[in-house]
Amino acid sequence: MPEITRDEVAHLANLARIDLSDEELDHLAPQLSVILESVASISGAAGDDIPPTSHALPLTNVFREDVVVACLTPEQALSGAPEVEEQRFSVPRILGEEQ
Amino acid sequence: MITRTAAELAAALASGETTSVAATRAHLDRIAEVDGAVHAFLHVDAEGALAVAEASDARRAAGTTLSALDGVPIAVKDVLTTEGLPTTCGSKILEGWVPPYDATVVRRLREAGLPILGKTNMDEFAMGSSTEHSAYGPTRNPWDLDRIPGGSGGGSAAAVAAFEAPLAIGTDTGGSIRQPGAVTGTVGMKPTYGGVSRYGLVALANSLDQAGPVTRTVLDSAMLHEVIGGHDPLDSTSIDQSLPPLVEAARQGASGDLSGVRIGIISEMSGDGWQPGVLTRFRESVDLLVKAGAEVVEVSCPTFVHALATYYLILPAEASSNLAKFDAMRYGLRVWPEEGASAEEVMRATRDAGFGDEVKRRIILGTYALSSGYYDAYYGQAQKVRTLISRDFEAAFEQADVLVSPTAPTTAFKLGEKLDDPIAMYLNDLATIPANLAGVPGISVPSGLADEDGLPAGFQILAPALADDRCYRVGAALEAALLDQWGGPLVPPEENLS
Repeated sequence: MPEITRDEVAHLANLARIDLSDEELDHLAPQLSVILESVASISGAAGDDIPPTSHALPLTNVFREDVVVACLTPEQALSGAPEVEEQRFSVPRILGEEQ
Repeated sequence: MITRTAAELAAALASGETTSVAATRAHLDRIAEVDGAVHAFLHVDAEGALAVAEASDARRAAGTTLSALDGVPIAVKDVLTTEGLPTTCGSKILEGWVPPYDATVVRRLREAGLPILGKTNMDEFAMGSSTEHSAYGPTRNPWDLDRIPGGSGGGSAAAVAAFEAPLAIGTDTGGSIRQPGAVTGTVGMKPTYGGVSRYGLVALANSLDQAGPVTRTVLDSAMLHEVIGGHDPLDSTSIDQSLPPLVEAARQGASGDLSGVRIGIISEMSGDGWQPGVLTRFRESVDLLVKAGAEVVEVSCPTFVHALATYYLILPAEASSNLAKFDAMRYGLRVWPEEGASAEEVMRATRDAGFGDEVKRRIILGTYALSSGYYDAYYGQAQKVRTLISRDFEAAFEQADVLVSPTAPTTAFKLGEKLDDPIAMYLNDLATIPANLAGVPGISVPSGLADEDGLPAGFQILAPALADDRCYRVGAALEAALLDQWGGPLVPPEENLS
C-alpha cells in the first residue's frame, strides 16, 4: 500500500482547489498515510466476481413529464450571492490576462 | 413542562391543559438557562417559534389540528435548509447563509404545525463523531460537560437530553443520529434509506445520508417519523411506497409482548475495544427481550470487519465530489487572496479559509480514492465489499427478524481526547456504519448507565429495509422493561447544567 507523500497531498489539494499552507501539509500528510494504511485491509476482501454496489436501493432512472412548476424568483436565487450585478451572479475573472 | 415527552405534550395540548405558546416558551426559557453550558444550538428563533405556536393554539381553539404533533416544539440539525433561518452545516464557509427554500423534512414539520425552536450544532458538514469539528465550538454532553455528546448530531441529541427540546431532527450517514443518542441517553432512529426525503439535506454522502428523529422515547420517535417520512417527488432516491404503521408498532411493543420475534445478536460486535460496562448493559437488555418472549439467536456477519474501511473510502469519495459546490461563486464565503485574483485563486483561498481540518482531510482522501490508478484499488473495491455487507445482512435477516448490538463501543469520551487521532475517532462508528452501507433502518435506545463511569450506553436494533416498524416494536418493548426496572427515565444530573 503506497504511503502518501507530502508532494502527493499538495497535488491532491491542488486538484481539490484548496490552498493548503505548509503547516497544513506537514500536519495532514502523515495523518492521511495512517488512514490509508487502516483502510488497506479492504484489498482482497472481495473477489473479482463480486458486483459493485453504488447504492443500497435497487433504483432505476425515472422520467417525469416536463411540467412547469413554481420555482425561486431571481431575487431569492441571488439572495446568498457574495456579489450581484444586474440581477446576475458577479464572479471573479475566469480567463487569464493573455486569454 | 420541559420534562414531558412529545406524546405527553401532545396529549396536554389536546386536552387543553396547556398551550403551544406555553410549551414553546418553556423550552425557549430552558435554552436561555442552560445552552450557555451545553451549546446545543447554533441559532435560536424565538420569534418564529412563538408565531407558529400562536397559530397552532388559534387553530386548536377553532377545532382543527394539522397533525398529532401540532404545537409541539422541535429543534432541527443545521444541515437541513430552513427558509429564512440561517443554515451553516457547522462550517465557516456557510456562515450567515440564509437558504431561500425549506428542506422537505422542514416543510413537513411546518405543515404539521411544529414550532421550530432553532438549529442545532454539528460536526462540520456532518463529518465527525463528537461535534468537536463544528467551526462554532463543541457541544457538551449534559451528563458530563467535559465529555462529547457524540456526533455528528451532538447538538440535536444534547438539546433533547438537556430538555431544551422535546424533539429534534438529526441526520445519519454512519451513525450520526444513533451514536449521539447512545452517549446522551436518548433515542435516535435512522430510517430505511429512501424512507425520509433528502431534499434540502446538504449532502455529505448521498448514498448513505438519511434524516430521522431524535427524541427521549421510542413512541416520540415513531410519531415524528410518521410526520417527516414518506415519498417525496423532489428526491429521486425517495421510496415510492407508504410507511408501515410506526406509532402502532411502538404501542404494540410497549405492551411488552415479543413472542414470536427472533432477535439476532451480531457476534462480530463485542470483544476487544468494547467497554465492559457497555457490554454488561447490552446483555441485560437482551435478557429483558427474552423475558418479553423473544427468541435469541447468534448470527455472524463476517464482512462487517471491513465495514469501517469501506465506509472511509466511499464517504470521502462522495463527500469530495459533493463539497465541490462550495466554490465561492453563488453563495457562502468568498475570500480574495489579492485584488484582481482569478476565480480559481478565489476558490482555493475560500476553501482553505472556509473548511476545517476534518473536512480537508476527507476531501483529500476522497480525491485520492477517486484518482486514476487508485480508483479500482480503493473506491471500486469498497463498492464490492459493500455488496458483501448487504449479503451478510440478507443472510442474517433470514435467521432473525431484527439484529442487535451495542450502539457504540464506549460511553462518551472526554472533549479533545480523540480530536487529533482520526482513526480512534472513526472507531466510534464501528457498530452503526453497516446499516448505512446496506440502507437498512436502525434505532438506538438507552440501555442504562455503564458501571465504570455512570454514563449512558445505547442498544441498537437493526431491521430489514422498509421494516422500520420492527425497530419501534422491539425498541418500545425494551424501553418499557427498562423503565419498569429503573422506576423512570434516565435523566442527566441537573446540577451539571446550571
